[in-house]
Amino acid sequence: MRLAYYPGCTMKTDAKNFDESTYSAAEALGIELLEPTRWNCCGTVHALAKDNVMNYLAPIRNLIRVEQMNEAELVDDKRVVTQCAMCYNTLKRANAAAKADPDKMGKIRDFMEKEPNYQGSVSVVHMLELIKGLGWDEVKSKVVKPLDGLKVSPYYGCLLLRPREYGIDDPDHPTVMEDLLEALGAEVVDNPYKAKCCGAYHAVHMKEVAADLSYRILKQAQEAGADIIVTACPLCQFNLGDRQNEVKKHQREFEGIPVVYYTQLMALAFGKEGTGFEQNTPDPVPVLEEKGLL
Amino acid sequence: MEENESEMVTIHVMGKKHRVPADLTIMKAMEYSGHQFRRGAGCRGGYCGACAAMYRVKGSYKLQGALACQKIVEDGMYIAQIPFSPAEKITYDLLELRPDANTFLEYYPEISRCLSCNTCTKACPQDIEVMDYVQASLRGDVEEAAKLSFDCISCGLCAVRCPAEIVPYNVGQLARRLNSRYLIGPTKHVIKRVEEVEAGEFDADIDELKRLDRKTLQERYEGREVKL
Amino acid sequence: MSTGTSGLYFTFKPENAAFKAKVEELSGENIDLCFQCGACSSGCPLTGEMDLLPSTVIRYAQLGMAEVLESKTPWICITCFNCEIRCPRGIDIANVMEAIREMMLRTKYDKFTLDELTPEELRELPQIAIISNQRKLTA
Ligand code: SF4
Ligand code: SF4
Ligand code: SF4
Ligand code: SF4
Ligand code: SF4
Ligand code: SF4
Ligand code: FES
Repeated sequence: MRLAYYPGCTMKTDAKNFDESTYSAAEALGIELLEPTRWNCCGTVHALAKDNVMNYLAPIRNLIRVEQMNEAELVDDKRVVTQCAMCYNTLKRANAAAKADPDKMGKIRDFMEKEPNYQGSVSVVHMLELIKGLGWDEVKSKVVKPLDGLKVSPYYGCLLLRPREYGIDDPDHPTVMEDLLEALGAEVVDNPYKAKCCGAYHAVHMKEVAADLSYRILKQAQEAGADIIVTACPLCQFNLGDRQNEVKKHQREFEGIPVVYYTQLMALAFGKEGTGFEQNTPDPVPVLEEKGLL
Repeated sequence: MEENESEMVTIHVMGKKHRVPADLTIMKAMEYSGHQFRRGAGCRGGYCGACAAMYRVKGSYKLQGALACQKIVEDGMYIAQIPFSPAEKITYDLLELRPDANTFLEYYPEISRCLSCNTCTKACPQDIEVMDYVQASLRGDVEEAAKLSFDCISCGLCAVRCPAEIVPYNVGQLARRLNSRYLIGPTKHVIKRVEEVEAGEFDADIDELKRLDRKTLQERYEGREVKL
Repeated sequence: MSTGTSGLYFTFKPENAAFKAKVEELSGENIDLCFQCGACSSGCPLTGEMDLLPSTVIRYAQLGMAEVLESKTPWICITCFNCEIRCPRGIDIANVMEAIREMMLRTKYDKFTLDELTPEELRELPQIAIISNQRKLTA
């Protein structure tokens, strides 16, 4: 299966391990991901003000590129696979709005001038939806190194699940990450804060607030006995992982817990190179070694 | 001079109407109509980027950018010179940088505000894909940004138009510097030539040139060997 | 505040109607649907930092009280949509928060500019953080 894949800019820098492990996991599942040759940052957030047309330009341009890939028959169907939760949400919502609001699309088209008209044929999916669609048995069949004894706490964050209309799962009781982790052989540890916000972009100008929100999530996972937390968003990963130093400034007793992208555990369980663990902070290698997985 | 009406056009320079010969560039047409360039002109050959101008033509809403020394006037053109675009000159030590996305964010964090509106590309007289090089910089693709911005002459037109207040040409310049220093690396022939210069191999030639009179100097220049 | 002299009654004036209409236009939400159940506020992870509860912001908007523009709450709101999935009346409160932010941003107001960050912070932060921050907090 050959599909268009929109990586997003952070996947090419701070979240290279997410990008790399996405390719590894997809390859094991027989999915070939193809990036558009030309793409731009999606803008990260959907414009909520009804008269904001400007913020649609970035996501729509990307959808046009994917539509062109379809037309050139470079890919098997009209889906574009996303990974970063914020890219997913931004592209998904811009796509929905473009289809629902021809007036707005007209304005966007007039403004862009040089671009071909967006026909609205693309459908935006998240990698987790794609994997779920393959079936958990299929996933299980690719596992060569089950994650036996690894207690994993999934963290969804906000934008994979909300707003309700655009989520990939039931926002009150999501299960897709749990099902995946079980298929990989891990032991799932529930976290009541798994869909509570990590503080997102407050990390830029209100570090303490973001650290406080992240701490609640980390503590809950730890208290439930998790060895490791998994995320699906470079910003969640930054707040929960890289910013644990900030958390420690305020919570002296906090000892830290590794946080990895769910695809990194997939790559590991599938026995693939390119897990990218060396890029994670804190280092997940010791706990994975302790469990005999590395 | 006898004016031949059929070869004259009407232009508006800073709102004032002038009749000028149709085959002049904006720069020459402005001089023809009495303006003197104290700023906003340099090479007069389309290389230095000093002569940015903006114009609209009658019957079109489009605000267009051009190099005044290159663009031939059109009838009904409304012209303004943009001799300078205010931009902070950021200094950095190239030897201490890393060729990654955060280097761009450190010096030009405003690139994070790019809306992918493409206004910069539409303004660029060099037909550069300005949006694409800004975007490549944002995702740390130094090589792509350097490649795409190669023909930039820092005229400033993109910077004047950008709604996100980005100064693209500075970003492109940083990309090219990072690319040359870190990805391509110092080139052998440049190193060799610098060594030759430092060893004084050209001192005698330079001294000789300095002593030449203007006419001989001009003859030498025009008769020089140009390797393409 | 547009309350009467005693502060005990409130008169809905034309300027209140205009303000409310603007919020509704920008947010696309019918804020009259809100019956002040407070579910949005109870699910909000950031009320500890706010000066007005999310449900109170909706109430201000219903009453067309422009004072809400001075509240910290819309800037503290992180657009996590926890309120959205809880509102029994189908209001997307995050849209209302954005409408209020936009009304401020359109007066040449920047909540936070990148000039305030140190080079170290700019080196550390991923693009996704800076980009979303700027999209939400600057004009
Ligand atoms: S959300 Fe981010 S990582 Fe995702 S593309 Fe957009 S900016 Fe980049
Ligand atoms: S959890 Fe935090 S960063 Fe991740 S999607 Fe939500 S707000 Fe975003
Ligand atoms: S990129 Fe900008 S500065 Fe460079 S030539 Fe084009 S418009 Fe001028
Ligand atoms: S004009 Fe500015 S905001 Fe628009 S695409 Fe160019 S750099 Fe980005
Ligand atoms: S979207 Fe804003 S108001 Fe609603 S729950 Fe999240 S932070 Fe609170
Ligand atoms: S949840 Fe809905 S109805 Fe209840 S207070 Fe909030 S906005 Fe009003
Ligand atoms: S004067 Fe140098 S480019 Fe026009």
